[in-house]
Amino acid sequence: MSVLYIVLPVTLVIVGVAIGAYTWAARAGQFDDLTTPAMRMLFDDPAVKPADLPPVGRRND
Amino acid sequence: MSDAAPGATAQASPAAAICEHCGTPLAAGVPGRFCCAGCRTAFALLHEHGLDGWYRLSDRDGRSVATSGRAFGEFDHTAFQSLYVRRTADGDAAIDLYLEGVHCSACVWLVERVPIAIPGVVRAELDVRRALASIVWDDAAVPLSEIARFLDQLGYRPHPFRGATREVRRQQEDRVLLTRIGVAGALATNVMLLALAQYAGWFSGMDDQAAQFFRWWSLALTIPAVLWPGRTFFTGAWAALRAGVVHMDVPVALALAAGLLRGAWNTWQGTGPIYFDGVTFLIFLLLCGRGVQQFAQRRATDAAELLGVLAPSAARVCQDDGTVHEIPVEAVLPGMMLEVRAGDTLAADGVVEQGTSEVDGSLLTGESRPVPVAAGDVVFAGTVNLTAWLAVRVTAAGEASRLGHLLREVEAGQRRRAPLVQLADRLAGRFVVAVLLLALATLVVWWPADPTRAIDYAIAVLIVTCPCALALATPLAMHAAIGQAARRGILIKHGEVLERMAVPARLVLDKTGTLTEGRLRVVAWQGDPMVRPLVLALEQDAVHPVARAFREAWPELRAAPDATRHTTLGSGVRGVVGGRRVVVGSSRFVGAGATVNAGWTAWADDAAAAGRTPILVAVDDVVVAGAALEDTLRPDAVSAVARLVRLGFVPAILSGDHPLLTQRAAVEVGIPIAAAQGGATPEQKRAVIAAAALQGPVVMVGDGVNDAAALTAAHVGIGVHGGAEACLAVADVHLAAPGLEPLVELAEGARRTMRLIKVLLGVSLAYNAVGAVLAMTGHIDPLIAAVLMPGTSVLNVLAAWRTRTFPGPAR
Repeated sequence: MSVLYIVLPVTLVIVGVAIGAYTWAARAGQFDDLTTPAMRMLFDDPAVKPADLPPVGRRND
Repeated sequence: MSDAAPGATAQASPAAAICEHCGTPLAAGVPGRFCCAGCRTAFALLHEHGLDGWYRLSDRDGRSVATSGRAFGEFDHTAFQSLYVRRTADGDAAIDLYLEGVHCSACVWLVERVPIAIPGVVRAELDVRRALASIVWDDAAVPLSEIARFLDQLGYRPHPFRGATREVRRQQEDRVLLTRIGVAGALATNVMLLALAQYAGWFSGMDDQAAQFFRWWSLALTIPAVLWPGRTFFTGAWAALRAGVVHMDVPVALALAAGLLRGAWNTWQGTGPIYFDGVTFLIFLLLCGRGVQQFAQRRATDAAELLGVLAPSAARVCQDDGTVHEIPVEAVLPGMMLEVRAGDTLAADGVVEQGTSEVDGSLLTGESRPVPVAAGDVVFAGTVNLTAWLAVRVTAAGEASRLGHLLREVEAGQRRRAPLVQLADRLAGRFVVAVLLLALATLVVWWPADPTRAIDYAIAVLIVTCPCALALATPLAMHAAIGQAARRGILIKHGEVLERMAVPARLVLDKTGTLTEGRLRVVAWQGDPMVRPLVLALEQDAVHPVARAFREAWPELRAAPDATRHTTLGSGVRGVVGGRRVVVGSSRFVGAGATVNAGWTAWADDAAAAGRTPILVAVDDVVVAGAALEDTLRPDAVSAVARLVRLGFVPAILSGDHPLLTQRAAVEVGIPIAAAQGGATPEQKRAVIAAAALQGPVVMVGDGVNDAAALTAAHVGIGVHGGAEACLAVADVHLAAPGLEPLVELAEGARRTMRLIKVLLGVSLAYNAVGAVLAMTGHIDPLIAAVLMPGTSVLNVLAAWRTRTFPGPAR
């Protein structure tokens, strides 16, 4: 049973970290809108316009 | 994704010609790939910026894309910017815009790509549920009006979101509650795990040192649970006690304190039960109940408020040099000259300087018939200019206008309103007294035998009777009901409504727009039916209610081609259709240029006497037909009123319209004439309702600004479909579905909800009685408590979830 004296403090640390992370997320507004992000992650990256690409160099044969 | 949405590369096939952008079917034989210039612009915009992907994502179901083509000049005005635009930390400007026409993921995709299309826009994020776009842009690089025009061209007409500060406060409240729920949940589950180990040890043996370690450990997790998320119950209880009332928080706080203190004492002593698992789980469950209710209510309030944003925000002001600018309504000042086009809503009170037209004041005064106005007449903000251009000199704007006065009255009414003490809270008072008496009795009875045991059992009574299920029953049942009602188009802004609507009350109905459609309809046609297409040809684009009535009367008919409309002054329209001179209008208007024989004059007089609006049609200077128009009852008005009467409501009509019309409506829906009062000003309406409210519960149903003050004076104020912004904002319930059927549904649903709450409360009380008996006789051990405590709560949750209080499919 002595292992408990190590495991329980470890769980306390994990719980503390989890609560800290959750509190940050809730306060930062991560849960304000639960509908749109689910749609947003399905989109592809914006199309690259040819004008935005770097200029074409000469091939070094 | 949809067949109706061709890709950018798709060729328009001659067989199924549809608009490349919006999917509207195109007329056969006409070359072209777009239905209108707006669609062509939008397509070009998308294509130019490499956003063709929108057509792949879009599932628009053939909905057409509407473009208003406005300039949105008022968005750049300083008065507008100071009201709605915020500054970000980086020095950029930020605004929340409500977008019309947002409905699917393609909209999110497109709106969030605005920064690619317009340089200077830093970020665009869309909340699709509420259709709110938050835009951050560099206002030195690009004006807001350009962004607004771009959104409008894509079919998302932007409106400034009023109430951003209220929104920030609510968001803050939501986040705090969410944090508390999460923290309470994390601590409760951990304490529960430790408790499970202790129960296991209780059966199979556990050495004292380990058991004691577990106790201290649970205590270490319980203290923060009570002090952080649980603190809200103590502050609530304290506030209630200071106000001299007993609230549900009082017995909860009592149980939490007793549980924590007794558990801590027993931990210190190393013997006896600890109730930490019960205490932490109680906090978590109660906060969850609070959370679901708050979020459901928020959703209903949001939906009602966002509809109010659609009110016009711009006025067109004429400068001295003859130019016209759009400015925000907030910047309108007395002395300005406003241009009011046909179809516009007046932004301020004023005097007509030029032009002749008709004004629809139904939302402000309740009067269903348009009022003619000419130079020198006074017009009011909030009324709609119907037929022709007007120039209006502003006499009072904003707060000082008649509309502003009304709205202040409404606000004052809202503040005066006393909150209802909910059923559960009324019970809480007696409950606390009963529990304290039981605990005291336990102490007294056991004291002579064993003082330690007496204290133990008395505290056990306090904990075991903790009203967890009692406190959960109301929020859960109300949450479920509000959610189900919202899907049926009934937006309930707070739970009290359900309790108040469940008992029979005086039901005061507005007439125009509530019992009636609020718009004219052709109810009789006299004469040659062959001239109908000629009438349609003249009326096809006008905003006047008479024109709309004709268009709706014969949807199967097509307008005759070749029409030239000449005048739409005052009360009629004159023009040439297919070479024939056609006049449509009131008998005086038609009589000015055509012969009206005695028969038609008599027909028109009869119709007017019956409360109808007669319209004559003359072709080539001879009257050939007549139509009688009327603001007809909603089709379900009669049956709805009858069902409400059967539910015990006593109906009455209170209208701003002419008393004769009000009485006729009363007769038609089956309300005694004595209970129908017409010609009431908004102030009188409020006074009548306030007087009635002293004698018993009053429910007021209305749609106009003229009803708003009365709605706040009533116990329950209900705004119907299509009502004015001010009315919907103060109403406790907003019926977002047309007709009076939702009103009946609300009354029935409220009764079902209250019955459910009473059953749940009964079960909880019975459970508490059993628990109290066990505790008083010393039969409560930790395991029984652990099983009993969450048992009824779970039962309550399930019952609240599964009961159909507002049955029927979503609409």
